[in-house]
Amino acid sequence: MPLSPPDPFRDYDAGAYFCELTRLREGDAGAAALVRARIAGIGLDALRSRAAAAETELINLGITFTVYSEANAIDRILPFDCIPRLITPAEWRQLERGVGQRVAALNAFLHDIYHGAAIVKDGVIPGELVFGNANFRPEMVDFPVRFGTYVHICGTDIVRDHAGDFLVLEDNARTPSGVSYVVENRHLMARAFPDLMSGVRLRRVDDYGRRLLAAMVEIAPEGVDDPQVVLLSPGIYNSAYFEHVFLAREMGVPLVEGADLVVEDERVFMRTTGGRRAVHTIYRRIGDDFLDPTVFRADSLLGVPGLIGAWRNGNVTLANAVGTGVADDKAVYAYMPRIIRYYLGEDAILANVETHICREPEGLAYTLANLERLVVKPVGESGGYGITIGPRASRAALETARAALLADPTNWISQPVVSLSVAPTLTEEGIRPRHLDLRPFAVTGRDTWVMPGGLSRVALKAGSLIVNSSQGGGSKDTWVLDEGVDAA
Amino acid sequence: MTRETPLLARYAEGLFWMARYLERVENLARLIDVTQNFGTPGRETESWFALVRINADEASFAERGFTPGAEAVKRFYLLDGSNPTGIPASLEAARFNARTLRPLISTEMWMHLNVFHRDMTAIAPGELQGDRLSRLCRIIKEGVQTHTGITEGTLFRDQGWFFYQLGRLIERADQTTRLLDIRYHLLVPLAAEERRVIELTQWGAVLRGAAGYHAFRRVAPPDFGPEDVVAFLLTDTASPRSVALCVEQMEWLLGQLRSRYGLRGTVPSLERIEELRAGLTGRPVGRIIGDGLHQFLDGVQRDLILLAGEIGTAFFRDWRPLAEGQSQRQAA
Repeated sequence: MPLSPPDPFRDYDAGAYFCELTRLREGDAGAAALVRARIAGIGLDALRSRAAAAETELINLGITFTVYSEANAIDRILPFDCIPRLITPAEWRQLERGVGQRVAALNAFLHDIYHGAAIVKDGVIPGELVFGNANFRPEMVDFPVRFGTYVHICGTDIVRDHAGDFLVLEDNARTPSGVSYVVENRHLMARAFPDLMSGVRLRRVDDYGRRLLAAMVEIAPEGVDDPQVVLLSPGIYNSAYFEHVFLAREMGVPLVEGADLVVEDERVFMRTTGGRRAVHTIYRRIGDDFLDPTVFRADSLLGVPGLIGAWRNGNVTLANAVGTGVADDKAVYAYMPRIIRYYLGEDAILANVETHICREPEGLAYTLANLERLVVKPVGESGGYGITIGPRASRAALETARAALLADPTNWISQPVVSLSVAPTLTEEGIRPRHLDLRPFAVTGRDTWVMPGGLSRVALKAGSLIVNSSQGGGSKDTWVLDEGVDAA
Repeated sequence: MTRETPLLARYAEGLFWMARYLERVENLARLIDVTQNFGTPGRETESWFALVRINADEASFAERGFTPGAEAVKRFYLLDGSNPTGIPASLEAARFNARTLRPLISTEMWMHLNVFHRDMTAIAPGELQGDRLSRLCRIIKEGVQTHTGITEGTLFRDQGWFFYQLGRLIERADQTTRLLDIRYHLLVPLAAEERRVIELTQWGAVLRGAAGYHAFRRVAPPDFGPEDVVAFLLTDTASPRSVALCVEQMEWLLGQLRSRYGLRGTVPSLERIEELRAGLTGRPVGRIIGDGLHQFLDGVQRDLILLAGEIGTAFFRDWRPLAEGQSQRQAA
């Protein structure tokens, strides 16, 4: 009888953290145990060589993002961890409803603040947080959008605390990225680890393009018969270019750059070999500031002169709408539970992380007094930049954060350190717990559809809480279990 | 099921140029291989420098500090990424275009080109030495041929495919004229009999460069002379790299763009095709040679440049109206 390899989970210890694979959960129907047993059966050596081959394939396929440093452009893959993250049907029901609720509240909030701002008049949120926000767009005031949908594509960053409770970390209501990796990770998993998946019934993720296109068609200007949808990308030098390619292909629509579009008589056209062709919906992957140099940043070469005029005339729809950045601001985030209650009359299905707003005297005082226990975040940044994690910061770093807080309190919020959940991850030392988050994607036209699962980002460094790809994060395939496991 | 799909002008241009650059890479690899294997012993410098001459690269070669010699020419075309007509830069440009075309081309095309490009940017100087050079040339040729095969089997045949083919054929025609011109550029002053023998070797090399050596032997008269070789590569439409076949196929492609896709801008391009064909068939090859083959080939190259210009003006220019005439990156 051959010697079986040692169980790679033998030394696995998630400690006090909630583990996404080894913690027994209702309704997983044995899937987690099956996956663990299969991984043990493959053994560490084979796991490693197969994972390396899978990553090589990602490079060859150009499923990469571009990192710019010192004038060099380097194509990097999002490191792929081959041990999947599991979500039970019950957990997913909560996540799906919670994300849907959040998107509904964000859209209601945006509609309100651009149509009279009752929420400010009712004293639920300070006016300066809304009107003084750099992402508030006066151009949007009283401007109608179809179905009241501003945030057509939303990515909600969700973490899990030590008890396994889901908490929303932030909303991404502008141009959230990462959905291409959800689908590509699944494809990669099916190619490289078919023996892990075999017989496990999973919710599918490959429907995203069709759902997205359907929403883009729905929101096209009224009265257009077969609307032309395009995806507007900054081009091949953008770090998310692969994702733009992915989305254009999955929708079957042209990927255009600013230079491909032209506005005439307040209508948008694309330049084709046969002349100009009308465009009706633009899924734009460029920020508000760069959309139209005649309205926003004059130095923008990425946008289309006259685009905002065409849009204001109702001849083209932009997704997401202009001015959604107010809603995913980290300061506004603190008010989300109240915003949900205000518009929907419901409690938040997914709780916020407790948040102290430093623009408010109590918030600032509390933050300064507890700096070494809190995570301090700038409100305007993304990508994990500018964050100070109190318990892990040096004295000098804490003092730098304190000075920054005092210099401009309005720029900061603070939150307690959440003991993020972990999942078994293949590392050089073996299979070890690593912290992770989850970004489900919601697509909204007339209604909201939430893609089953989402992007699980994992901090590959031991103990690290920062999952961003730009800072050493990787990703996992996210399995939303369907109806359990067929006995294999 | 069929939905009419417009083609972005930028994509059409990208396809045209991607194909051109790859065709150029293959031809350059052929030329280098042939020069290595069939150069004239004792006259290596002349043989190798003829490559520079037929590509009209003398100035660029000198600017980069190279002096005529086998090593220098190999490095200039195979290693020097700053040489815009070399293999590294052509592959870079092909991949650049492919990258912009990723929404359109097949995943298999992209993946192959991505890997091929990566392998070729890692050519080590040692691979240019001795018997390894021929192997390198074979790898390069096969890389492009693999691309061609993947494209044949996977690229969707809407109008984009027609622009891709146009780019490939215009480059192939141009390369064939340059290959034929090699005789003019060798300029070997020799006694008559010695010259005849060397000439035959050289024409044999030209045929091999165009992958036509054995087919030519099948169709050529036993006492063939230079004009038979020239006719084979200029006017024989059975010869896959002949100028006449390229012209004939381009005419068909332009006609299809017009009739199937309603592109009206094809008229000036078709007129250029007419002129090219008249030049090729208007007089016997013997007369062409008698009147000066080099001048004639020069004329064909100019006509091809004009043809590329007409295609660009009709179909590509619109997407970058501000950058007109500034397409250095993609200039021939």
